[in-house]
Amino acid sequence: MTVFVIRRLMQAIFVVFLMSVIVFFGVNVVGDPVYMLVSPDADQADIEAAIRRLGLDRPIWEQYFLFLKGALQGNLGDSFVFGEPALKLILHHMPATLELAFSALFLSIVLGIPLGLFSGLYPDNPVSKGIMAGSILGFSLPTFWVGLMLILLFAVELGWLPSTGRGDTASIFGIETSLATWDGIRHIFLPALNLSLLKISLAIRLTRAGVREAMGQDYVKYARAKGLSTSRIIFVHVMKNIMIPVVTVMGLEFGSLIGFSVVTETIFAWPGMGKLLIDAILQLDRPVVVAYLMIMVLFFVLINLVVDILYSILDPRVRLQDQGA
Amino acid sequence: MRKLSAVAVATVSALALFTGAALAEKLTIGLASEPTSMDPHFHNLGPNNAMSVHIFDRLIAQDEKQRLSPGLAVSWKPIDDLTWEFKLREGVKFHDGSDFTADDVICTMERAPEVPNSPSGYGTYLKGKSFKKIDDYTVHAITEAPYPLMANDISTIPVISDSAGCGAATEDFNAGSASIGTGPFKFSDYKPGESITLVRNDDYWGDAPAWSEVEFRPIKSGPSRVAALLAGDVDMIAGVPTTDISTLEAKDDIQLSQGVSNRVIYLHMDQFRENSPFVKGNDGSEIKNPLMDQRVRLAISKAINRDAIVDRVMEGVAIPAGQLLPEGFFGVSDKLSPEAYDPEAAKALLAEAGYGDGFQLTIHGPNDRYINDAKIAEAIGQMLTRVGIKTAVETMPRSVYFGRASRGSPDGLPEFSFILVGWGAGSGEASSPLKSLIHTFDKDKGFGSSNRGRHSNAEIDALIEEALQTVDDEKRQDLLAKSTEMAIENVAIIPTHFQVNTWAAKKGLKYTPRTDEYTLAMGVVKE
Repeated sequence: MTVFVIRRLMQAIFVVFLMSVIVFFGVNVVGDPVYMLVSPDADQADIEAAIRRLGLDRPIWEQYFLFLKGALQGNLGDSFVFGEPALKLILHHMPATLELAFSALFLSIVLGIPLGLFSGLYPDNPVSKGIMAGSILGFSLPTFWVGLMLILLFAVELGWLPSTGRGDTASIFGIETSLATWDGIRHIFLPALNLSLLKISLAIRLTRAGVREAMGQDYVKYARAKGLSTSRIIFVHVMKNIMIPVVTVMGLEFGSLIGFSVVTETIFAWPGMGKLLIDAILQLDRPVVVAYLMIMVLFFVLINLVVDILYSILDPRVRLQDQGA
Repeated sequence: MRKLSAVAVATVSALALFTGAALAEKLTIGLASEPTSMDPHFHNLGPNNAMSVHIFDRLIAQDEKQRLSPGLAVSWKPIDDLTWEFKLREGVKFHDGSDFTADDVICTMERAPEVPNSPSGYGTYLKGKSFKKIDDYTVHAITEAPYPLMANDISTIPVISDSAGCGAATEDFNAGSASIGTGPFKFSDYKPGESITLVRNDDYWGDAPAWSEVEFRPIKSGPSRVAALLAGDVDMIAGVPTTDISTLEAKDDIQLSQGVSNRVIYLHMDQFRENSPFVKGNDGSEIKNPLMDQRVRLAISKAINRDAIVDRVMEGVAIPAGQLLPEGFFGVSDKLSPEAYDPEAAKALLAEAGYGDGFQLTIHGPNDRYINDAKIAEAIGQMLTRVGIKTAVETMPRSVYFGRASRGSPDGLPEFSFILVGWGAGSGEASSPLKSLIHTFDKDKGFGSSNRGRHSNAEIDALIEEALQTVDDEKRQDLLAKSTEMAIENVAIIPTHFQVNTWAAKKGLKYTPRTDEYTLAMGVVKE
């Protein structure tokens, strides 16, 4: 296992390096940040000074070398717009995104799995058919539209929940989170639901398919014959078997919950990393875009590793070793 | 008994008044764009400047029409050709209780251009000026040449405190410890991306604002901002999308306020290349650049139906433009009106210039910078095609657009031939667009920095430069108006319309619209 983890980490470093090249050069050939930053009143000398200050007068390979040198020392460059280290900005916005992603993951598990289980066990029940139809909508409706509809319904028409923003925060275990206050939970509910809709649908479908398949298997028949109660069969034996694909997909999707919460964060004015990223892209704040993507690469690599380890716990047949070894 | 009830009524009504006032005293505003810092000298950008006005007074204030009025200086005047004298307001206190004196002004002027990591500083306004303390309430500003725009430049510089702010870093301002000004509001809390909270400065030297606390929330997405207002989460929003204006107008509990801005939307035409990259003959061959011909430029101006752009594209929320600033601003000409729509005359002019069959042209514009910018470019493309100039439309994000439009060609020159751009006159008078858009591109003098069409006319240049050296207001007004008239006559650029900004508030609140597009809590009053 240790060898496996070390090998995976080595691969991760290579992937991160490769990404740094692609991302840095990709981001640096698009647009011209200088005109996004300087005041229109600035004259030619001011503009040239800005170009020099941002280091944009240097050849691109030299800019990359300086970036790499900084990155190895944990400095991913200063934001053009905020003048602060990009890493610090991203870390500052990270708790908001993480709590949103965890809430969405939580919702998709506590709603998706029971609903999927139900529709898998009783496939002909009209409620099951309703659930499946709903999950198609969850897949196919665009997030930004659903987000606006949720705001219109729950905030504007019914007035139950606040429309945008992050509400009060309090600290649990030293982390500032809005999950610690009632006001914060009221604020997070709509964006988390919006972000989780697709994942709920995914969980429903995966669970349902798994249950349908497992219920016909020999071990279920055998368990029945042995006289085990239905609830024991479902919650101990069937669940254990169908959880592997669900954990895999949800784990991978968790990465995308963090990485692609951009739309939800923009619509709900949620002060997370996604909103920071979209602002950085629009304003061509290159260091922030590059740093964000580098962090995301790290995230995905780590999540994959965690999923692999979870596998071995759920299914003892899976051993953590390289296929080739 | 009667007496008692009278007392009771008085108490109850006083109580009602009190609670009513207390409830309404917190104001929440949804902003379309967020300041990048609380350091008033960090980034010379509209949203930053608007925020800093709350906390930091300027020596000279700009009112809602950008007219100058006394701020921390009670008077200012040139005492000789090279020296301006500012008399400071006495008895003003900073938020931390310290007195405002000339020392604060001197250190402000030293810090403003020198903030580390600043993306765009205030050096632009302080170049060639040095400041000298005469006594505690008198400051001299000394220049190398006569400089009439001193007051306009100085009105852009937020004054910070010598003891709390001058030695401080940007982080200290963001944390609040250095955000000590003399303004109507005090810093309370800053959560980037989330909210900015200010509280009233009860010792303010001017009119105290109506709000004891103000919270600004950045809500970038237009529809979400409107929804937040409708849901009652915010009391007022800035930047109402034009598509939502009619919906909001129909609502009884929402009140709109609209005002023309200092921003003109205009077209620049390549006037410096014999062969312009995006001008082609009808068969796609290279032709001599027709945009060099004044008749062709005038034909384009006549071919544009400005009323249609305002009515259809802008849903009525804009004003057709015939010059660089709307009426009422210093330096505008009263002789100019928007060029009338006349496609026949346009065709005749094209024929006279030898382009009776037209030519091919591409209009380039941003699609995320000005209100409805991409739609305007499309409309103009169609209008030109109708008079025979077959116009293709290409729009792109501003992050790509402005770099290419300014120096995108391989030799560092503007890349495009025909572009849609906007200009907001930050100084609130006509020299701002004239020296940046109309004056010949001149790196050494710092003129024409946004002259992307490179129109060049020595006579206009001389007039603009003379205006910039003329301290007498009346003479300068005439010179600026004269140069504007000449620029329009030569069709140096083609103005299309002035942007109109819209704010929306709950019923009972009124916002005085500002030409500089700022959203200020001081401008919100209860009706």
